Amino acid sequence: MTTPPLATAEVVDTTTAALAARVEERRLRRGLSPRTAFLLRRLGRLVISLAVVVVASFLLMYLVPGDPVRAALGQSATPQLVEATRVQLGLDRPMYEQFFRFIGGLFTGDLGTSVRLQRPVGDVIAQRFPTTLLLAVLAFIIAVVGALPAGIGAAVLARSGRRRGLSMAVSAVLGILIAVPSFLVAVGLISLFAVQLGWLPAAGWGKPADAVLPVIALAIGPMAYLVRIVQVEMLAVLDTTYMTTARAKRLPRRLIHLRHALPNIVTASLTVGGLILAGLTAATVLIETVFAIPGLGTIMVSSVGAKDYPMVQGVVIVYALIVLGVNLVVDVILATIDPRSSITEG
Amino acid sequence: MSVRTKLLNPLTISALVGTALLVFLAVAGPVIWGTAAEATDVSSRLLPASAAHPFGTDELGRDVFARVLVATRLTLLLTLGATAIALIGGVVFGLVASILPKYPRRWFTGLLDILLAFPWLLMVLFFTVIWGATATGAMLAIGFAGIPSFARLVYNLAASVSGRDYVRAARVVGVGPVGILVRHVLPNIANPFFVNAAATASVTLLSFAGLSFLGLGVQAPAYDWGRMLQEGILRIYINPLAAVGPGIAVVLAGLVFTLLSEAVAGSRGDGLRAVAARAAGSVTITARRRELAPEATASDRELIAEITDLHIAFPTADGGVIERVRGVDLQVARGEIVGIVGESGSGKSLTAMALAGLLGDDARITTSAHRFDDLDMTRTLTASDRARLGVELGMIFQDPLTSLNPALTIGRQLTEVPEVHMGMRPKEARVRAADALDAVGIPNATARLKQYPHEFSGGMRQRAMIGMALTGKPRLIIADEPTTALDVTVQRQVMGVLHRAQEETGAAIVFISHDIALVSAFCDRVIVMKDGRVVESLSADRIREDAQHPYTKALIACLPDMTSDRTQPLPVIPPELLPEALDESIESLDDAVAPTINDREVPV
Repeated sequence: MTTPPLATAEVVDTTTAALAARVEERRLRRGLSPRTAFLLRRLGRLVISLAVVVVASFLLMYLVPGDPVRAALGQSATPQLVEATRVQLGLDRPMYEQFFRFIGGLFTGDLGTSVRLQRPVGDVIAQRFPTTLLLAVLAFIIAVVGALPAGIGAAVLARSGRRRGLSMAVSAVLGILIAVPSFLVAVGLISLFAVQLGWLPAAGWGKPADAVLPVIALAIGPMAYLVRIVQVEMLAVLDTTYMTTARAKRLPRRLIHLRHALPNIVTASLTVGGLILAGLTAATVLIETVFAIPGLGTIMVSSVGAKDYPMVQGVVIVYALIVLGVNLVVDVILATIDPRSSITEG
Repeated sequence: MSVRTKLLNPLTISALVGTALLVFLAVAGPVIWGTAAEATDVSSRLLPASAAHPFGTDELGRDVFARVLVATRLTLLLTLGATAIALIGGVVFGLVASILPKYPRRWFTGLLDILLAFPWLLMVLFFTVIWGATATGAMLAIGFAGIPSFARLVYNLAASVSGRDYVRAARVVGVGPVGILVRHVLPNIANPFFVNAAATASVTLLSFAGLSFLGLGVQAPAYDWGRMLQEGILRIYINPLAAVGPGIAVVLAGLVFTLLSEAVAGSRGDGLRAVAARAAGSVTITARRRELAPEATASDRELIAEITDLHIAFPTADGGVIERVRGVDLQVARGEIVGIVGESGSGKSLTAMALAGLLGDDARITTSAHRFDDLDMTRTLTASDRARLGVELGMIFQDPLTSLNPALTIGRQLTEVPEVHMGMRPKEARVRAADALDAVGIPNATARLKQYPHEFSGGMRQRAMIGMALTGKPRLIIADEPTTALDVTVQRQVMGVLHRAQEETGAAIVFISHDIALVSAFCDRVIVMKDGRVVESLSADRIREDAQHPYTKALIACLPDMTSDRTQPLPVIPPELLPEALDESIESLDDAVAPTINDREVPV
């Protein structure tokens, strides 16, 4: 094997650089920037996930043991009513026809009619969706805005080694807050602030004051979790060599923490933040029930109890859309701010 | 840790006591308090908490406290049932996935990932529709909803085990997938399996409470803690404890499962451990001056950096202190290239970091003098002192993969010193940064500035680090094993770049390495360190002739050259000179032991 002699004046990397160049070249030939390819991949995953959800919710009625219409209407319903409902739900048609009607309905926004409420499922969801969204978004904002400074503070406190007792206490309190589920936090908050102190309403929806306890109950657990994540990430980042490099440049503390450390904890925080937001939408189901808030969660619970299948199908798909949408948004943000996530295979 | 100490630690004790209590309540609860829990008494309906009724009474006058205790059995049975479904399903799916052929396996794990994207509660609600709002339906729903995450866990564990060498070896000798599963994979995933099983039980308990609370789990007249919560919250203004009581029970039982999980793991969570270790390990700096620094003399003017009688100690886990550098003097003249050699743990890197004033908060540093040019490094540095150090003192670290900030562009990192400390405008700073990259032989420098470190190869990153030092006006560059992490070809290029940088700037270099050949070729002067002390300081070109200390001689003897007899094994450092043997007797050169040819074969 003959190797052409290296130009000695020009310093050229042989192994890794050449390999990287070849990978880059192949990507260019496909005509996609790595970021676009990454986003397309993510979009593909979203479509597949959505298909899984749609198929699963379509199959819901077939998975119910026995006759779903009879189960929904109860044993006392007349055979005529059962038959009429069966026609109304389209269950008298062949399965493939039902499936295409179901898919077509999704694209036109027609999610069927609620058996129990005798109203279009889409209308009910549209009416209740903003409430749930408001709860989840408020709680998310409070959790993130509170957790970033608290987590960085906790990391600096732990690293300084001073006030060790306080540091341990913070750690213990965080552990407890993470472990207690939101609906139990809600019960505790109600018994303290509504029953004992009488400051805030225990249930209901309409005034701004009604939102305070539900939002706090939703936010506390995720916030504690995020504080823990930010703290651990920050401690890890402060120990890295590149932070020593930054200190070796004798940059002001502000620059060291904000420019060099913060971007490196944002990635992990945002990933966890996305999971939290997705988890928050689920937690609203319980919190809405505790506080009797007319959102998607309460209609989901009552529809599950009443076996109102079209309603359940609609709400499941909407919840899935929220969860998948949040995941996609987080991925897009990550791809934009973190240069590495676009090249790592996900 | 011995079994005895393991059993005696508070975590294990609380986990065992908690479990015993739960088992006792589940077995004996309904027998002891069953009558009290069922006895209706209309005259004492909805009473608040009192001595006779610690949690008050419900709408039929039944004692809530007794009902909480009796409900332990049903709650735990349902929790364990759902957990068992999740575990069995998870193990079956996870293990099957791990022995599937490549493409079905990818589809399967892809599907698991999709399912995992959905919060558990949503899956539970979905399944509840299918199996109905009954206790059994809820148990099935929670169990099935738990399968994907457990299957993913088992699959990951199995995949990590089956990648190990001994499993590959078994495969090579013809053991089939099932045989490998039973003999190698299962025994090795047992511990993480049980840790996660207990954690899953904790989550299951909370989910069940949630589901019953929503009215979709246990139905009256049966009751578990979740059901009691639901009944209690309706009357929270009359008797808050009717809701808070079962809530406390749920939290405590969940805590017991979590403790059990952590006791099985034998240690606490990673995050917590990291935090605790930090809190325990760090001590504030006690930089005391033992004597006044001597007035700068004429000869001092020739020095760019100096540190005298440097001691560095670290607190240990058991509260003691371990001294890692024990009285080192180091002088660096202007433009001089000083090499520091020594094996790992000899204190050479610590000395260099102390010279740069960059040691962390947990190090206890004492020196009698520490100067950079005319700057006294032992006093608190002003902003302008720091700016000067940022410009005039450059650092290069061992691993170029970790020493550049992955979240910032190369340009951002190379323009910082000119912008922050030299008052340049962004545009000028970019020109300077591009010039620096150019100087270290990175082609197309202006375009390269827009790239991130991951787009650079290892050798290029190390050159970028050298370039970063060149963006200032370096008078001293401290290079801490700058080539150790690089392969030999790239190593030579980086050394060339460093050499050229030195020639162009006239900066002094402190070059740290464990490679005595590299150091003696590159440096003017070589300092040999061992166990936190300087054992010898030699002129680089006379290192073979002048070396006195047995350790240095042994290091040199280990270097093969053109005259080495290649039929003989290479010499090794004799055991008498290994750190343990030489610990305190290092000053007595009379004990010198000449390097001997070892009669064992040396692994190369």
